[in-house]
Amino acid sequence: MDLQLAQFLQFLFSGVTVGATYALAALGFTLIYNASHVINFAQGEFIMLGGMLSVFFSQAGLPMPLALGLAIVVPALVGMALEKLAIEPVMGAETVTLIIITIGASLVIRGLVQVWLGKGTFSLPAFSGEKPILFLGATLMPQSLWVLGVSALVVLALGYFFKYTLYGKAMLATSYNRGAAQLVGIHTGGVLLVSFALSASVGALGGVLLTPITLTSYDTGILLGLKGFVGAVVGGLGNGLGAVIGGLLVGVMEAMGAGYISSAYKDAIPFILILFILFFLPRGILGGQSTDRV
Amino acid sequence: MALLEVDRLSIHFGGVKAVDDVSFSLDAGTVYAVIGPNGAGKTTLFNLITDLYQPTSGDIRLDGISITGMAPHRLAMLGIARTFQNLQICINMDALENVMVGAHLRLDRNVFKSALHWPGITRRDRALREECSALMCSVGLEHYIGARADSMPYGALKRLEIARALALQPRILFLDEPAAGLNATETLEIDRLVRRVADTGVTIVLVEHDMKMVKNLSDRILVLDYGKKLAEGSAQEVLDNPEVIAAYLGTSV
Amino acid sequence: MHLAKYRALALLSLLLLVLPWLLPNSFYVDLVIRMLINCVIVLGLNLLIGFAGQISLGHAGFVGIGAYASAVLPSHFGWHPAAAIGAGALITGVLAALIARPIFQLKGHYLAMATLGLGIIIAMVLRNEAGLTGGPDGMAVVPLELFGLPLSSDRQWYAVVATLLVLSVWLCENLMDSPFGRALRALHGSEPASQVAGVNVVRYKISIFVLSAMFASLMGSVTALYVGFVTPSLADFFHSIELVTMVVVGGMASIYGSLLGAVVLTALPQALTRFEGWETVAFGAILMASMVFMPRGLVPSLHAWWSQRRAPSNPQQAVS
Repeated sequence: MDLQLAQFLQFLFSGVTVGATYALAALGFTLIYNASHVINFAQGEFIMLGGMLSVFFSQAGLPMPLALGLAIVVPALVGMALEKLAIEPVMGAETVTLIIITIGASLVIRGLVQVWLGKGTFSLPAFSGEKPILFLGATLMPQSLWVLGVSALVVLALGYFFKYTLYGKAMLATSYNRGAAQLVGIHTGGVLLVSFALSASVGALGGVLLTPITLTSYDTGILLGLKGFVGAVVGGLGNGLGAVIGGLLVGVMEAMGAGYISSAYKDAIPFILILFILFFLPRGILGGQSTDRV
Repeated sequence: MALLEVDRLSIHFGGVKAVDDVSFSLDAGTVYAVIGPNGAGKTTLFNLITDLYQPTSGDIRLDGISITGMAPHRLAMLGIARTFQNLQICINMDALENVMVGAHLRLDRNVFKSALHWPGITRRDRALREECSALMCSVGLEHYIGARADSMPYGALKRLEIARALALQPRILFLDEPAAGLNATETLEIDRLVRRVADTGVTIVLVEHDMKMVKNLSDRILVLDYGKKLAEGSAQEVLDNPEVIAAYLGTSV
Repeated sequence: MHLAKYRALALLSLLLLVLPWLLPNSFYVDLVIRMLINCVIVLGLNLLIGFAGQISLGHAGFVGIGAYASAVLPSHFGWHPAAAIGAGALITGVLAALIARPIFQLKGHYLAMATLGLGIIIAMVLRNEAGLTGGPDGMAVVPLELFGLPLSSDRQWYAVVATLLVLSVWLCENLMDSPFGRALRALHGSEPASQVAGVNVVRYKISIFVLSAMFASLMGSVTALYVGFVTPSLADFFHSIELVTMVVVGGMASIYGSLLGAVVLTALPQALTRFEGWETVAFGAILMASMVFMPRGLVPSLHAWWSQRRAPSNPQQAVS
């Protein structure tokens, strides 16, 4: 009895930990989608950049806090470059065009990392040591607490930002109706830039937090990004809270599936989940987007 | 029996009753106009009848048979054609091809025969090309027969949609604001065009704001306001109705 | 089919006929065969993406199914390789038909994600079911015998693939010129308009998805038999992206554009094969540049530019 509970908790902990990263990725997708109706297929690469750059900067001799800080700031800059070079030129184009251009951007980022930082797998030391915490028979790594704690802080901060600050509300206004927002004087171009920067930093942060647990390499971005997207859709595309819940849900289901059913197909679970959601609940759990007028 | 019967049709979007308990019927060969202030539900009514929206309640019957909830493409098989208020043109194709799409159901669409270049298909396609060119001429688009849709001005595209709808050889033609965005001369041409079509025996249901056109063309008029039927009758009856005047112009204080 | 299109097809056939004599050695023949295989896959994919305006980010999955059908069925179950090709196409067709109905209720990004998910799941199954498929390392393929003669030399395969290509181009030209093709393009242009004209939009999307999936499966089988070996990378995400790149760069809704895209982007990895990371960067940069500067692809953009130069006058100026 106790053993079953312990096992369940174990899976739950690992699921929620990785789910927190998915949640941050899902938030990133949501931010950009709300600002521009674009699905940024390069989102996963920001997560990867967070991980890889934190390793790179700390191995280059920088003190850890600075290394981590840079590992978040640099992807933000990359995100802004992406917006300027890839999104702005094709604003308003067909969906296919937009999808392909962000895929192209993700390839460029990933390829450059592969060339400059190599194909190796890297790790970071855990932030507060490796001594596992025992809880009802299950072990929890301290790093997991970091992941959960910081992610929760970020989610709360973003929630506060959008609900109570003027700039946050301006961003929301832009997502509801771009034209109207422009008419009341909101600089929508700037809003787009900021959403990309925010989305990239949030993703990178997730990558940084997760690296001590799951390691990092140049190609971890693809799956992480895709699973983050699944989380965003599960929760309802465009819905911030939904993104967080969706991401956590994906992480937990993945861990449960891997633990109880088959660990070989662990990576397939989010995709089976998304097919399920797309077919039966396309608006997601908390409801997503609206219909067109004919 | 009336050709088309609309029976207590309603659609609710959340809390908004876009169309509320509307009933009317129309006879074959007549021109029936639906008017009302902006937002009255006219286009929504069209979308309901042509099955692009599903009603919350009510029924629509063609020749006595219920067509509510049918897939839109099946209505085309029953001889119902329509144009769109916001223009739905296949910008990626030639003008002529747009019209030919209207005749889609009259051709053999079998995949295998198409892929293997069955001789019958080419022959009939060429015949259709001729027919659609003639149709374009009849709506005043002879200059655009070789043109691409993306090079045509707005007024021409409105007529292209009508040509496409006519290519279906419909029994009923739904025209959603055919004169919207057109100047006086162009509106007059559309007026004459619709008259010519009506004279061939096609039943026409028309949404329009241009009152002169409505008065000239219609046999009967339905007035909608806030999704509800406000009045129905001949042009004379309806346009003299004080409630209708109030709905459009507001009452004097 | 219009005269111009017959001329183009004749030109293509002539080119293919003459090409083997111009190629210096078997390395180039092999490269051309791979190009031709990609040409056919991309032709099918273009029907879906370019003409019908849909998207598939998991098409390599279908290539994988065809390839592995040709590997697994003869090796483990004793099927004749020719029957295995047919079975692969059939399985793919059925899978595509089953999954298409729910998938095409979706639009835009959702559709893209669903096809992506499908492709990844297929690739994962191929990778994990090692007992059947040989796992990540792949497995060998029993060679095909046509009329008692083993199909093994480069020249023989070239003849087979070139014939398949010419046939495919002919079929696609016919299809796009017909009422079916017109309905498909109309669907891309405006779904409401085509619906009210009587086009069963959902059925058409499903048909074209199944057709393009079967093209992919068939060529997957051909690849397996030609190379003699299959690996799960045939079905993976990057391969799907390569295929989409070929469609998009060569020319959406352009048959010869697809061919050009396939040729150029099959050659590119060969040229960059020593610079692995740079290959990825190059692909990404090409995708981005194409979408910004030539969103309709190389061939349609060139065609448009050429037409502008020849006929500058615009009929509408006279009339409005």
